[in-house]
Amino acid sequence: MVYTPIADSDDPHALHDPQSFISKYVWSQDHKVIAIQYALTALSVGLLALVLSGMMRLQLAFPESFTFINPSNYLQFVTMHGMIMVIYLLTALFLGGFGNYLIPLMCGTRDMVFPYLNMLSYWVYLLSVLILLASFFVPGGATGAGWTLYPPQAIMPGTPGADYGILLMLISLGVFIIAFTMGGLNYVTTVLQARCKGMSMMRMPLTVWGIFTATILGLLAFPALLVSAIMMTLDKTLGTSFFMPAVLSMGADAGYTGGSPILFQHLFWFFGHPEVYIVALPAFGMVSDVLSVHARKAIFGYRMMVWAIVAIGALSFVVWAHHMYVSGMNPYFGFFFATTTLIIAIPTAIKVYNWVLTLWRGNIRFTVPMLFAIGFIFTFTHGGLTGLFLGNVTVDLPLSDTYFVVGHFHMVMGVSPVLVLFAAIYHWFPKVTGRLLNTTMGKWHFWLTFLGTYSIYLPMHYLGFLGVPRRYFANGTSDFMPDSVQTINISITVAALIVAVVQLLFLFNLFWSLKHGEKAGSNPWEAASLEWQTPDTPPKHGNWGAELPVCHRWAYDYSVPGHATDFIPQNEPHNGEDSLEEMSAHPEEDH
Amino acid sequence: MNPITLAIALLCSVVVWGLIVRHLTAMPWEEAGGGSHLRDIQTVDLPAAKVAFYALLGVITSLFLLFFTAYNMRMNPSHGGDWHSVAEPGLLWLNTGLLILSSVAMQWARALAKRDNQQKLLLALIFGGLLTLAFLTGQMVAWGQMQASGQYSLSNPASAFFYLLTAVHGFHLIGGLVVWGLTLKKIKGGASAQSLQLTVELCSVYWHYLLVVWLMLFAILVST
Amino acid sequence: MLIAVVLVLLVVGSILFHFLSPWWLTPIASNWVEVDNTITITFWVTGFVFVAVNLFLAYVCVRYRYRADRKAHYQPESKRLEWGLTWLTAIGVCAMLAPGLLVWGNFVNVPDEAHEIEAVAEQFRWSFRLPGEDETFGKTDVSHMGVENPFGMDPSDPYGADDVLINNGELHLPLHEPVKVLLRSKDVLHNFAVPQMRVKMDMVPGMVTYLWFEPIRIGEFEILCEELCGIAHYAMRGRVVVDEAEDYQTWVDQQVTYEETANLPAANPIVGQALYGLCAACHGPDGQGNQQLGSPKISGQSAWYMQLQINNFKQGIRGTQEGDVFGPQMAAMMATLTDDNSVRNVISHVQDLPDRPAPQTVEGDAERGGWLYTTCAACHGLDAMGIWQQKGPRLAGMSDWYMVSQLQHFKNGLRGYHPLDFGGDQMTQLSIMLTDDRDIRDVVSYINTLAPSE
Repeated sequence: MVYTPIADSDDPHALHDPQSFISKYVWSQDHKVIAIQYALTALSVGLLALVLSGMMRLQLAFPESFTFINPSNYLQFVTMHGMIMVIYLLTALFLGGFGNYLIPLMCGTRDMVFPYLNMLSYWVYLLSVLILLASFFVPGGATGAGWTLYPPQAIMPGTPGADYGILLMLISLGVFIIAFTMGGLNYVTTVLQARCKGMSMMRMPLTVWGIFTATILGLLAFPALLVSAIMMTLDKTLGTSFFMPAVLSMGADAGYTGGSPILFQHLFWFFGHPEVYIVALPAFGMVSDVLSVHARKAIFGYRMMVWAIVAIGALSFVVWAHHMYVSGMNPYFGFFFATTTLIIAIPTAIKVYNWVLTLWRGNIRFTVPMLFAIGFIFTFTHGGLTGLFLGNVTVDLPLSDTYFVVGHFHMVMGVSPVLVLFAAIYHWFPKVTGRLLNTTMGKWHFWLTFLGTYSIYLPMHYLGFLGVPRRYFANGTSDFMPDSVQTINISITVAALIVAVVQLLFLFNLFWSLKHGEKAGSNPWEAASLEWQTPDTPPKHGNWGAELPVCHRWAYDYSVPGHATDFIPQNEPHNGEDSLEEMSAHPEEDH
Repeated sequence: MNPITLAIALLCSVVVWGLIVRHLTAMPWEEAGGGSHLRDIQTVDLPAAKVAFYALLGVITSLFLLFFTAYNMRMNPSHGGDWHSVAEPGLLWLNTGLLILSSVAMQWARALAKRDNQQKLLLALIFGGLLTLAFLTGQMVAWGQMQASGQYSLSNPASAFFYLLTAVHGFHLIGGLVVWGLTLKKIKGGASAQSLQLTVELCSVYWHYLLVVWLMLFAILVST
Repeated sequence: MLIAVVLVLLVVGSILFHFLSPWWLTPIASNWVEVDNTITITFWVTGFVFVAVNLFLAYVCVRYRYRADRKAHYQPESKRLEWGLTWLTAIGVCAMLAPGLLVWGNFVNVPDEAHEIEAVAEQFRWSFRLPGEDETFGKTDVSHMGVENPFGMDPSDPYGADDVLINNGELHLPLHEPVKVLLRSKDVLHNFAVPQMRVKMDMVPGMVTYLWFEPIRIGEFEILCEELCGIAHYAMRGRVVVDEAEDYQTWVDQQVTYEETANLPAANPIVGQALYGLCAACHGPDGQGNQQLGSPKISGQSAWYMQLQINNFKQGIRGTQEGDVFGPQMAAMMATLTDDNSVRNVISHVQDLPDRPAPQTVEGDAERGGWLYTTCAACHGLDAMGIWQQKGPRLAGMSDWYMVSQLQHFKNGLRGYHPLDFGGDQMTQLSIMLTDDRDIRDVVSYINTLAPSE
């Protein structure tokens, strides 16, 4: 059976042909439009999460000043900030946004293999966001159980939103997982199946590798969240005891028996830890490409980088219980999980070395995306190294559940991926819009974000050493906390507010440059990978015009000795090789 | 040590996946030449729908494995010891037979689609679908019997899991029936058996897959 | 260029921050010095990598900055360099992991000579239990829990009779004796953490977890809950007091056993009525309260709460602060109730008094107050009728002016100041959410709307 998927077809008209404004920009099946829809939705909801974090910081710095922040809604801010940032912003933006935009362009296809499913994926994602936001408005408000949603407290009185908020959260997560699965099957299939001629797996840019592996992780890990969400919903609504042990609630027996809260934690973190890498791996991939392009040098150790991505992806499934060292699980698990966790540090360290070695002996252009990428190396090194504290079971004993944890995961999972997101937006914005983002604003944005976030999170690690617990509405008076704790809390808050305000500058830049940005041309960074070789910028529907590209080399031919320019596009044939025209004249040789 | 067993199983599957992605040792910067030969080696030469379908089966496998693991961990007496084994209704044996037959019918349909026999294909599909509906009805009846007997309260995790797992399995079958319905509609609309070959093939695999899931699930339920 | 300078400054700044910051591990009070040592090893290994990588990064940024006349070096990979770095990293990882695993082995295996105590957590407070002379804990179960049996002791288990029950947040421990703390929760997840002891562990309802340590210095150390357990999570405090052996024994001898609490004689309201004459002068013959005399309505209040507060007054835990006008009067009056039985008798009489809603004197924005009350409901109940488990007294239908004055006292340090007043301390910490008198009036006027109708 001869089968030609549409994404792979040379005929641009095989794709659905948008006619009206609606089918072009709203019900669009074009991966680029869907990507932008994903990105804008994720950024909007992320902005909300940013505001929530600002409220938390205000409370921590000035604990007796704001009536509109009380212990109850503080916990709602904590929960919604965390959940939105991790799932609805980072996961959606990296995979739904950048994955959608870049996979077809980098692999040389006309679209995702299932454009309709892709469109559905976005609308279902939007639905999950709306359900999530609705939870703010139901009686009792959004859930305040912490983003980990641990039972029993998540569904018991004494926790905000224990009636409706938590149910909407669980439903929203379920819907999100459906959306993710639809998108994820698309990404995986497109990468495996629809790459253009000559684009072998080992010629793919690391961005695609990162997104591809992260998607596989997501497909295998999200079911764990679904399982726990279903079972917790039943515990709440039908009174089953999957997770709920016999407990007292508000002075009375709550009627549950024998359930296991630890079981929930195992399921949650079986999803939760791969989730870290679902966010991190695309970031690893994208930052590799940005570094390579702007250093005018091939990514150092491409093969090692690919292996590291695959190894990290595989290992990420056997480290989850390092979130549970002090959870009351069988303490002997600690030996196993501390070992696997510290092993995962090795491939991760290799990646850091190779990023730095990519710059080494390069010819570094300090563009805005490059600044963000270098900032990322710094913050990620910091966040990765502090992970070695928490991953090592003994060291985790005094540090877990303190501000050390908050500092660590914000460095490694907050600041670092966000810096990559910014690098990526500054880097690919010209491809998406045809215009460059304003450099002056971009530099201000970088410096204030980079220095600001470091001055937020570095001190937090030290508060953690001291033993200041996390998720506290106020620290109160404790003998072991000197007054200086409050002083540094104020300084952290000031830094946080500055960082938050600077993001407005970035948003302004986005809109301003859309109209007034410098015209970029098709390849402003002189990059070699395929997405910069489209016939039109921004790429038109179908991406490649009349003919699909043919890939002749890997994505990193920068500064090749003996070559006139310092980069060679992936679709440029080697000297003496059959020209493109000849190849397409003999299609039968393809198989 | 259940979570660790599960982890190792998953690790193995990831390793297998790694082996499928061949040539991870290729040195791309040294490979002279573009062109088609690389692509032939390295893309999966299957219809996209098939690749996505198998990926979906991977997702569903992960889902059921996690449910089974949760079942196993919850059974552990250290969690309160409130697990009271329940006797499954005898009807389930009959249902199992129905599901096996539906799987056979689907396999038959697959062969017919390959031979482009539209008339018989329709018949085989209707057979398969009806048997599946009969299975689902049988499951509902079993639920009804259990509810009526009053011995299967939701507060007993063994029976709560029974309801939950059979429901999840049933929902997956219903998902299959949706595709089945669409296929019937296409045949009514005059689509040739040949053109439906891929759909029918994937349906049959899906049915076999859910049969295997059911057999595992049934074995677990009966043995505990 | 600038980025290189900034990177160097950040590295130097981080090092300076480390040495100059006043925040570091608290002075250790347990045997877990080896935990600190593991941290130190990890700190220096990772610190070295942090400095090395980032200084090299800064150097690269200067040395290989863009020059139009230069072309980057073409080198796709270097097996030697990459594998070398891999092995180096592996060695570093082993250096951190090996001591970590060894110390964890010590943590997991409790020494045989460790004596057992039990810590019980619930929203949002601590209590403790000692096994008594038989060195065996009696069985407990949620089904037995109630206001008279907060620990859920199984009355049929003979081992439980001599168990020592400490129904407040202060635990004493003898110096230099390893202790295995069995951890139990009555409702949700909690975490037993004492920063100076270095170890912590979650408390999971339905199971018993543990940790162990050996106190090595005399002192008082705060117990914090470090697993989010609900609205008042941050205010869930307890205290470990490390004593010399004889002081410890004195403390143990002052505590009551389960047998003693379970076999109290029934309270007698008739005897209580005679004693109540003393109270009636201020609180009124029907316990309806009198604002001029600063006396709140007491009829309809829960017995356990009145008993707790009377004991607080008697023991100088409440009503001793300068600036508290009526507290000292109450303390003086309560000193006349010499023994526990008198206290229980008089309370049983108050329980029999007619419960009419107190007159409402406070005006405020009840709708706004209702929004604020969400937090209060975690302990006082959505209906404000009080919850014994959370030790939240009834508020609905009680004297509203008194609630205003007590909230102000909590905020001003006139109540909840004493180290043994854990409930009062909790209110102090929670009352910070009411930022001014308007907030207080609003929340109280909302509580007024919950008053039961006659």
